[in-house]
Amino acid sequence: MIESPSGFWGPVVWIIAAIVALLIAYFIQRRGEKAYKKGVQSETFLMGNPKLSEGETHVKAHNIYWGFFEGLKKYYVPTITAHTGIINDHLIWLIAGIAIVMIILFVAGGI
Amino acid sequence: MAALITHSPILIIAIPLLAAFLTLPIGMASKKARNALLIVSLAFVTFLVIILARDISINGIHIYTLGATSPELTLPGGAMVPIRIILEVDAMSIFMGIIWATVSLAAAIFSLSHMASETGQNRFYTLLLLMVTGGFGMMFTGDLFNLFVFLEIASISGAALIAFRTRFADAVEGGFKYIVISAVAGLIFLFGVGLLYAQYNSLNIGFLANAMQYSTLDIIALTLFLVALTIKTGMVPLHMWYPDSYTVAPANITAMLVITSHACMYAVFRICFSLYGITLDATTVGWIIVIIGLLTMFVGVTMAVFQTDVMRFMSYHAISQMGYMWMGVGVGLAVLGNPEALATYGRDAISGGIFHILNHAMYKPLLFMTAGALFHRTGTRDLNKMGGLGHNMKFTLILYIIGTLSIAGIPPLNGFASKFLIYESVYQFNPVLAVVAMLVSIITLASFTKAFQSAFTGPQLPEYKDVKEVPKPMLIGMGILAAGIIFTSIFPGLIVERIVNPATDALINQAAYVNGIMGGGMP
Amino acid sequence: MMEYIPLNFPFLAAALLVGISFYILIFKRNLIKLIMGIAILASGVNLFLVALGYRAGGNAPIYTDVPEGPMVLPVPQALTLTSIVINVAVLALMLTMVILIYRHTGSLDSEKSRKMKG
Repeated sequence: MIESPSGFWGPVVWIIAAIVALLIAYFIQRRGEKAYKKGVQSETFLMGNPKLSEGETHVKAHNIYWGFFEGLKKYYVPTITAHTGIINDHLIWLIAGIAIVMIILFVAGGI
Repeated sequence: MAALITHSPILIIAIPLLAAFLTLPIGMASKKARNALLIVSLAFVTFLVIILARDISINGIHIYTLGATSPELTLPGGAMVPIRIILEVDAMSIFMGIIWATVSLAAAIFSLSHMASETGQNRFYTLLLLMVTGGFGMMFTGDLFNLFVFLEIASISGAALIAFRTRFADAVEGGFKYIVISAVAGLIFLFGVGLLYAQYNSLNIGFLANAMQYSTLDIIALTLFLVALTIKTGMVPLHMWYPDSYTVAPANITAMLVITSHACMYAVFRICFSLYGITLDATTVGWIIVIIGLLTMFVGVTMAVFQTDVMRFMSYHAISQMGYMWMGVGVGLAVLGNPEALATYGRDAISGGIFHILNHAMYKPLLFMTAGALFHRTGTRDLNKMGGLGHNMKFTLILYIIGTLSIAGIPPLNGFASKFLIYESVYQFNPVLAVVAMLVSIITLASFTKAFQSAFTGPQLPEYKDVKEVPKPMLIGMGILAAGIIFTSIFPGLIVERIVNPATDALINQAAYVNGIMGGGMP
Repeated sequence: MMEYIPLNFPFLAAALLVGISFYILIFKRNLIKLIMGIAILASGVNLFLVALGYRAGGNAPIYTDVPEGPMVLPVPQALTLTSIVINVAVLALMLTMVILIYRHTGSLDSEKSRKMKG
């Protein structure tokens, strides 16, 4: 049990609640459709097209969230371009970082 | 036993150092004896850390003065300045020490199988033990110059380990970037140490804290410390070298590198809270850390979603998770001068940030190791080429799921417990912080789902029909960390009360740290 | 004013070395030159440390029977020695890695030899 300024968190209580919720879900599921046919309804159906081979049905990593990247292109293009991977650029950021932090501290310190 | 506890700070640093140089002669004679030496020395160090932690929780700060007649004698003969090398271990240092001991032990066990096919293993374990020495030194030292020395020990051995598989071109490149950044950052840090020495003629953190005036030179030194150390933790926008280096290292080394970056983070906290402390312009520094922490979280996670290389993807997540700790501790630092706000939410924010270090130090090495397990069996890090591995690597799958749920902050795992503390305390400081933190947590889950889907689920791919589960030592290494995660998940209250809150109080209470050194003038 | 200049001369030299090295680190794309830049930065920091401990007209801190007069601070010299040793190790390691990078990619340019970005 940990207490934060505005609440508490107790994992044991949560786990018991989760188990109860799962049991309820299981009972609802057991009361479900009796006419389910095994093997027929669980097969892949691709709009009547022939079934693809095993490797082809797997969605590869770079296709996932394609729309997310497309929608946020304005953010992603400059961000990825900034990651040049050139060691000199990393060092420029380091030196610029020193300069910026120093200016902020001096301005805030009123010197 | 009492003598063992008294001398444990130096033993914890010295035993891995000694074992490092014994590895080579023993390894030439027998491989088994070398592996036994590695595991036994690290296990003994872990034991020492635990008894030292128990002693600190009872008796408070543990001082060890090298070369003095009595280890507590920091100011011999009524001297005004501590002249010897002093190790000062308080609750925060030992908190980091527990993490480092556990993770290095798990990583060492993991590497027994993971590196089994490599050449030059004796040298690999020498470097690994040197890195352990460097990490412990950084956590336990009470001296700025020794901090620099141990930082460099950890950096040099770390860079050599990153580039260890020299047959890969990218491994060498990653190692080169790491050593260049570490060398430049280390020298800048040393410059800052010189600036403080010029004014106060001492290198001891406790003594300097006592004499600190926050003059112009001190501000310059603070800047140099902050930037030099934060670049090693991969703070945005100084993070760009970080995924390059962490991606190409062997997975067990990446797991340890994560903790060395935590050690640098610890050094930042030590400098802000214990060295500058009350003289610090805490609001400004706190706000700088909070804003950069937000940026770190957001840029880290959005870049992570985009990646298709599994190690690179996790490296960006490591950056992103660091943002939570920066934000939690930064909020605490920003209200350091305001006792009322500190008591209402500041202390809890720091506790949340520090608790997150512990959790991150367990799930992130675990995830890196599962990525290493995938690499071990498939020979590629590219998620595009993976698929259906869950059929054959069931234990790896389970460990990956534990790590994923934990990093994404899904209750009841430990990642949620620390994020919960952070959310509920930082929103009182500024609600925007909590909103961004939750958004980042959601994107984290989304991106880990992506990696999970592309590596483990789906039909068995023809090229991975014969993939087997990884060998036992790798599973044991990962299992240690997973067990830690589950323990922390079920008993977060115990962990927070016993080891996180004392660490937070040790950070906030600057006077106790100073008194450890300056009050030690026994005749 | 003029009498301070000789005393501050080592600090000016250290600042100049650090400035030169920053210029090299930012603008020189050749990896060997980059390493030279780091070596110059190390020299600058070491010079700064040694100059800190110098007291005008002081004795070297190596006697047990100290002659009259001030003594140069021994601590910065110890720091500098340690720092030099560390930098030797760092530079050697960096040069080793540059050899390997050249073998793998056939280039010493930091842009052309890089494999990872984004």
